[in-house]
Amino acid sequence: MATYSTNEFKAGLKVMLDGDPAAIVENEFVKPGKGQAFNRVRIRNLKNGRTIERTFKSGETLEAADVADVEMQYLYSDDQFWHFMNPESYEQMAADKNAVGDNAKWLKEQDVCIITLWNGVPLAVEPPNTVTLKIVETDPGLKGDTSGGGGKPATLETGAVVRVPLFVQNGETIKVNTRTGEYISRA
Amino acid sequence: MPLSDDWQPAATLEVLKLRARLLESIRAFFSGRGVLEVETPILSTAAITDPMLASLATRYAGPLFPHGQTFYLHTSPEFPMKRLLAAGSGSIYQICKVFRDGECGRLHNPEFTMLEWYRVGFDHHRLMDEVAELVTALLAPTLKLDTPERLSYREAFRRHAGLDPHTASSADFAAIARERRIGVPKDLTSQNDLATWRDLLLTHAVEPELGQGRLTFIYDYPASQASLARIQSGEPPLAARFELYLNGIELANGFHELADADEQRARFERQLHARAAAGQAVVPLDERLLAALSEGLPDCAGVALGFDRLVMLAAGARSIAEVMAFPVDRA
Repeated sequence: MATYSTNEFKAGLKVMLDGDPAAIVENEFVKPGKGQAFNRVRIRNLKNGRTIERTFKSGETLEAADVADVEMQYLYSDDQFWHFMNPESYEQMAADKNAVGDNAKWLKEQDVCIITLWNGVPLAVEPPNTVTLKIVETDPGLKGDTSGGGGKPATLETGAVVRVPLFVQNGETIKVNTRTGEYISRA
Repeated sequence: MPLSDDWQPAATLEVLKLRARLLESIRAFFSGRGVLEVETPILSTAAITDPMLASLATRYAGPLFPHGQTFYLHTSPEFPMKRLLAAGSGSIYQICKVFRDGECGRLHNPEFTMLEWYRVGFDHHRLMDEVAELVTALLAPTLKLDTPERLSYREAFRRHAGLDPHTASSADFAAIARERRIGVPKDLTSQNDLATWRDLLLTHAVEPELGQGRLTFIYDYPASQASLARIQSGEPPLAARFELYLNGIELANGFHELADADEQRARFERQLHARAAAGQAVVPLDERLLAALSEGLPDCAGVALGFDRLVMLAAGARSIAEVMAFPVDRA
């Protein structure tokens, strides 16, 4: 298995930490003039998403994690799995609940997502930054309101609930930022 | 190859002008005090033995060395400057590029500018006074500083890490690291490596607190970190060494210089054994320095100050690369 020494550490590097795949978020070289050199690292566990701080003596090594990001198109879900397809090779792949997590509510058929694979198995699913979804349920807004001040909850076709301006109506499609969960505009 | 714009300097012209002004002020400071500017070779057939420092090396072949000779790039001009002192130079200073393998980061570049000076007849406390005067004067136009403070190494650890660094056990260090949520290198917990524990808490807990808005001098280091400093008898014996910090950044390192050639040789040899044991390059030790020490080094104190970090502090820069025309990634 390939290994990385502290000299190769940089943001984005995928390594094995305590048996889990992890991504380096930030790497700082610290060394007293006449003392031991350390790499002080912030590192994100790719399984649970938690970021922790670790320190390595410079020269230590970590095993490389076989982690790769691929773009795949979302097809459909059954009760257990979310199915994706590589649009070039037509290869299909199923992601389980742990991989999809809360992002399930943004997944719309045909949308291209980034799937993080660990040893070839989906570890995480990242929806597009912006998705276009139809409103399936929202209270009728007050007539004449065009500013959007205040807003109201709207349930989208994928089950997500977002706050939308009062003038937006049932059956309309809207753009939503999946990172913040906020309404952007009418589609 | 794609066209790149990294031919351009990393530092702004304004910062480069600040560098030039600071260099002028340093030369005026020493000239006013009768300290002689000297230049010594960057290349040496001998190298520093300290296991915590790695030398870059190059090779010369030509007249004098027809079959080629390895030369090490100095990590500091200390050894030849001490030879000048032993030859009767009196107090001297030097501003030069120094080189360290393996060091690159926010506060490190493999080559950097060092201001190093030696004061005959000074001990390290008197030299700390002079360091404070120089740095305060250099930073006065841009930084308003409180009165400098001096803390012993022990006091600094007690205050900022909550333990006595001279008596604490590995378990004590580990407990503090846990409490402060400091990520510990994996093999450190099982090893009784007190030197690494001290450096871990120093870099993670103590240093960031030092020199907040004022110069903080740390002195009386563990004898194991004496390097080229005298060791003062006592329980425990402590090294006559100091470091200067400002805004959490290590700025200078000084010694009441060891003048005993036999003791110096014994330390070099211990360090070479440590290098061999750790699989590091075993380098030739500096016989010319040892010969000079045997001849007699005048009683003196010396200090090395990282000039680029001083410019950083004066310019309010966050990284050393911001104050260098061409840091290593565009060298």
